[in-house]
Formats: sequence, C-alpha cells, structure tokens
Amino acid sequence: MDIHEYQAKELLANFGVAVPDGALAYSPEQAAYRARELGGERWVVKSQIHAGGRGKAGGVKVCDSDVEIHDAADAMFGQKLVTHQTGPEGKGVYRVYVEAAVPIDREIYLGFVLDRTSQRVMIVASGEGGMEIEDISAEKPDSIVRATVEPAVGLREFQCRQMAFKLGIEAGQVQQFTRTLQGCYRAFTELDATMVEINPLVITSDNRVIALDAKMTFDDNALFRHPHVAELRDKSQEDPRESRAADRGLSYVGLDGNIGCIVNGAGLAMATMDTIKLAGGEPANFLDIGGGATPERVAKAFRLVLSDKNVQAILVNIFAGINRCDWVAEGVVQAMQEVGVEVPVIVRLAGTNVEEGQKILARSGLPIIRAATLNEAAERAVGAWRNDLSQGVVVREPGANAKILRAVS
Amino acid sequence: MSILLDETTKVIVQGITGKMARFHTKEMIDYGTNVVGGVVPGKGGETCEGVPVFDTVEDAVAATGAEASLVFVPPPFAADSIMEAADAGIRYCVCITDGIPAQDMIRVKRYMYRYPKDRRMVLTGPNCAGTISPGKAMLGIMPGHIYLKGNVGIVGRSGTLGYEAAAQLKELGLGVSTSVGIGGDPINGSSFRDILERFEADPDTHVVAMIGEIGGPQEAEAAEYIQNHMTKPVVAYVAGLTAPKGRTMGHAGAIISAFGESASEKVEILSAAGVTVAESPSIIGATIAGVLTPEAA
Repeated sequence: MDIHEYQAKELLANFGVAVPDGALAYSPEQAAYRARELGGERWVVKSQIHAGGRGKAGGVKVCDSDVEIHDAADAMFGQKLVTHQTGPEGKGVYRVYVEAAVPIDREIYLGFVLDRTSQRVMIVASGEGGMEIEDISAEKPDSIVRATVEPAVGLREFQCRQMAFKLGIEAGQVQQFTRTLQGCYRAFTELDATMVEINPLVITSDNRVIALDAKMTFDDNALFRHPHVAELRDKSQEDPRESRAADRGLSYVGLDGNIGCIVNGAGLAMATMDTIKLAGGEPANFLDIGGGATPERVAKAFRLVLSDKNVQAILVNIFAGINRCDWVAEGVVQAMQEVGVEVPVIVRLAGTNVEEGQKILARSGLPIIRAATLNEAAERAVGAWRNDLSQGVVVREPGANAKILRAVS
Repeated sequence: MSILLDETTKVIVQGITGKMARFHTKEMIDYGTNVVGGVVPGKGGETCEGVPVFDTVEDAVAATGAEASLVFVPPPFAADSIMEAADAGIRYCVCITDGIPAQDMIRVKRYMYRYPKDRRMVLTGPNCAGTISPGKAMLGIMPGHIYLKGNVGIVGRSGTLGYEAAAQLKELGLGVSTSVGIGGDPINGSSFRDILERFEADPDTHVVAMIGEIGGPQEAEAAEYIQNHMTKPVVAYVAGLTAPKGRTMGHAGAIISAFGESASEKVEILSAAGVTVAESPSIIGATIAGVLTPEAA
C-alpha cells in the first residue's frame, strides 16, 4: 500500500527524521491560509498523488506570496497529474501540501528497500539527489553506495558513518545524517514498510539535514498489525476495479487487452495471460480467484472482469487441486445465469472431478465453449474474440466433431 | 530416491486442528505419508485424524522423532511456528501459509542461521503448495493423483502452474521424482538454486523442470549455477511475459522492480546458461520429453 508524501513525512518525523514545516490543504483558499500560518517568505505547493516525478509534470510549484499559492493550488486541484510513473491516465489531485521553502546546499538520494538477493533490508544512497534512482544507476552508477542491515542487531552507527563519509558529507553533519538513517530504518522495520525513499534528502545552507520529499510503501500482509497505517489508504489514488477486487479478496490487475481471464493461482494466471498473447490475443486482466472457488466467488470474478468494457471474451482456466471442477462448473453456470454474460465464455477445467465438471457445463445449455488444454482454451478465446460475436463461433468440442455453438444474442 | 521427502520421513503438522489443515492431513495420510503427529498449543493430549496432538514442537519431536513439519498456521503466527520447528530439531519444514509479513520472514531466515549447518533446518515456502515425492509421500496441499512416479524433478514458485506441468508430464507418460514449491513470496526459505543442487545430487532425477516467474533475482542466480555446476538438463518456463512493470501479480514477490526481473529478461539469461526454455506454458511437458534421453524416459 502506498501513502502520500505528507503522511510519510508525519510518520518519519515520529522516528526523529527532520522534515520541513508544512500543512495540508483541500482547497486553494486553505492552501493560502496554511502558508500564512506557516510564516516565512517562500513556500512550496506540492500536489499529493501516489506517484513520483511530480516536479517535472508541474505538480510542484515554488511560490513567493499567498496569491501565488492560491493560483498554483487552484491549477492543481481536480487535475489528473500525469507523470512518468502514473501511466497516461494520470492520478487525481485532491490534496495539496504547503511547505516552508528550505535553502538547499546539497541533495542526496536515500532509499530503503527489501533486497531479495541478500534477503535483508538494503540502504541505497547517492550524492546525485533529485534524480530518479533508475537514472542514477544508468548514468552515475559509481555514485551509489549501499549497505545491508543485519536484522539481529539493526542498522549500526558505523554503517551510517561509512555511508556519510563515502557521500562526502561534512563531519559536522554526520550525526544528523546517522539519526536520519536510523530513524528511517526504525520506521521501515517497525511499521513493516517495503520501501522508504527520500529524494532528495537535503543539506541546507544552515547545515541541517532535512527530508525534502518522502515516499513510503507498506507490506499489505502486515497492515493487520498497523491499523493507524492501514487507515491512511487513499482509494482515490487506486484503480477503482483493483480496489473493488481487493475489497472482495480477489487479486486483480487491469490491462489493456480484450480477453478477460479468471484463473486459480497467480502463476497459472500469468501463464494463461502469456498463452493468450502467444495465441495472438491480448489479456484484459490478471485475476487470481484463489483456492476454494465457490459459486459466489466465481460470480464476483465474472462481475469484476465484465466491469472492464473492453472485455470481448472471457477465459476461465481452473486447475483444481483443493478446488473441485464440479464445484467450479456450478459456479460458472450460476454466475453466467445471474450476471448475464454477453460475451463468449471459454472454460478449461482440469484436475479433481474434471468429468463431472464438464457434464455440468454441458447440461447447463449455456453457450460455454469448452477446452481441454490451456493452449486450446487460449486459441478458442482468441478465435471467439476475432469472430463476429453475434454469429456464433465454430469450435471443436474436446474429443468430438466440429460443432457450432451459438453465442448469446 | 527422491529429495527432501520419502515414505519413511516422519511428519508433523503444525496447526493440525484447523479446517484446511485437517483436510490436507487426511489427504497426506491417504497418500501414504508417514504423519506421526500434530502441534497446537493448548491441545496437547488430543487426537486429530488419528494422530496425537502436542502442545509444542519440542514435545512432538521428543515423543515421535518427527523430522519434517508442515506449517498450516495463520499469517500473524506462522513465522514464530517456523522458528519453533527450527529450534526443536526439525530437519525439513514446508510452510503453506500465504500472507506472512516480509519482515517476519527476514527474521525467520536470520534465526535459522543460528544453527550450524549440520543441524540447520531446510525451509521451503512460505506461500507454496508443498513438496511431493510421487508414490512415496507428500507434504502439502497438491492433488496427489496428477503426479506419476518418475525421473523429472520439478521446482517452481506457483502451485497450480506446477500442477499444470505435472499433468502435462502424466499425459506423456512421464513421472516425477520430487516436485518442490518454493513459493511466491519475496523472502523465501529455499531458492531455485538450493533445490537444483539437491536434484543434481539425486540419482533418480534425470532432468529438472524449473518454473519461474517475474520478480526477484532467483532465476538469474539459478542460471549461473546451472551453467557452472549442473550436469543434468534443465527445462524452464518463466511466467509473466504479459505482466506490466511495477505491478504485483498476485504473488507478493511477482513484481518487476529491477533490471533482469521481467519474464523476457529471465528467459534470455536462462537460455544463455544453456537451459531449454519452453516458450509457452502448454509445452512444458513436451519440452521435457524432448530433452530426456531415451534411457532416462
């Protein structure tokens, strides 16, 4: 789960990380008022979205008066901000954060990640702050310094000092830098983050070490033990279909294609998408319905997949281990009767009780196109999608002669 | 022979009295697995599915000589249960639980390294379907009937995709020595490489099917091992050709976040290491049949 910059700063500040003075606003008027409250002569207005690259996309403005702040915020509110991380549809700006501007002397990149090679928390830093880490590793890889943290003893001070000196931080600021790193590490582990990124961490002209930006991502599996983090979720920043799916315990990722997928198991779901692609089609989504596919669960999956208006065929691929094909088949039949599916449905069942499952599909009288193998299912789905859907599609029944199935009129 | 598990392995189930755990314990016993007990704190002295229940893994090991454990404990408590098994002298642990916090798994891995190598527990999973040595025993939730006994080793992240491979092999009359699920989490007990090393040393495994997916460095690490140390042929499939960057595809670990983590990059790395890559998941079985020497088949 991602959170906003202002939320991340608040959390990090609780762990001793220095951040600029700032305040949140929900309207241009409030933004101007917040600036007056903060005081000073120069402020930064920052649109709050769950994506990086806001500066280049016009989502961050430096202002010298409350009129300027009002106008800057007015231009941001309600807009879809498109950055290189948001995708072309952008993300809506519904909150802005107003901060007192800080006199910057140096910018440093600082990131905490779960390193899958060492299977530990890794700290990545670079003197090239302000640049994206992807660009730093492509253009200035030698500027990157790393440290992994031994989980039994946590982040040691000597590691922080080592990093500080490698980054050329002056002796007088090493202690502040160490406090910042240790605060971030404690926030990372104690709040179950999977990523903390401060870009840039700045050294001000008056020698303070301050987190000018902050990004945190949390482990969804650990939110149960951090209710105060879980409540920071902002659904306005999520794909509505994906958040609906997550609320229903389904794992869904929307894509651009036309063939909807309903599969059990994440690996098989990806494999099904791949097979569709290899058969000449494009998958519309990733969807893992998990074990225990009850009729209700299958019906939910159908509704979810059909909520994507680009979907022109649905491929159901179930390899029943814990699941039973007959139950899944019942689920498909019930779902199709309840939901009213107007696109061709291709069903491939395998594993436990497959014969009973096939019989249930056949008996239902529904225009379900059956397939015996993954490949056959993908080819039929692509074929059904390419054909004129109202004319019925020619398919081969598994192990039977060619037969015309009428599609739903 | 087989790896990690056979019909003599004494198995306990942690969390045995849960609904799913009971069901799969019965399945495992029916398959021929030597299940000798279960562990549920506070239920010591009871019996479940015909085997005795103990309060602690330590008690279970003392009373039964258990060597392997299946962890069926809910996510908030699973890491603790794995550590309990490691401390009690369990040699091989499979954790089925999906949804364990990554930080907990970091602690588990660190904890396991307290023990010298000769008494360090081997962990596979979490978030996996388990391990099966067909015709001998199974430690997990897979449908045993889709596996034939044979000489193909299977190692993969995904449960159902592993079933797909096993079913394709069965269709071709090919059997499996052992199939190991390493799970879909970013921090896991054993890597592809760890399992490949065991298959390389197992005389009954003649060819290995490796079923990877997007995310993480473990396929690339395996490629390096295969190139430099493996004599047996390896066939691979990597799921997620169509997966977009930066999105989690169901498995917590299935996310492309760095160079070399996409399916096409992994395919390239594996091919360069001499691995025969099945382009489509529907030809995993046929590709294995193709590389198997006639005497091995």
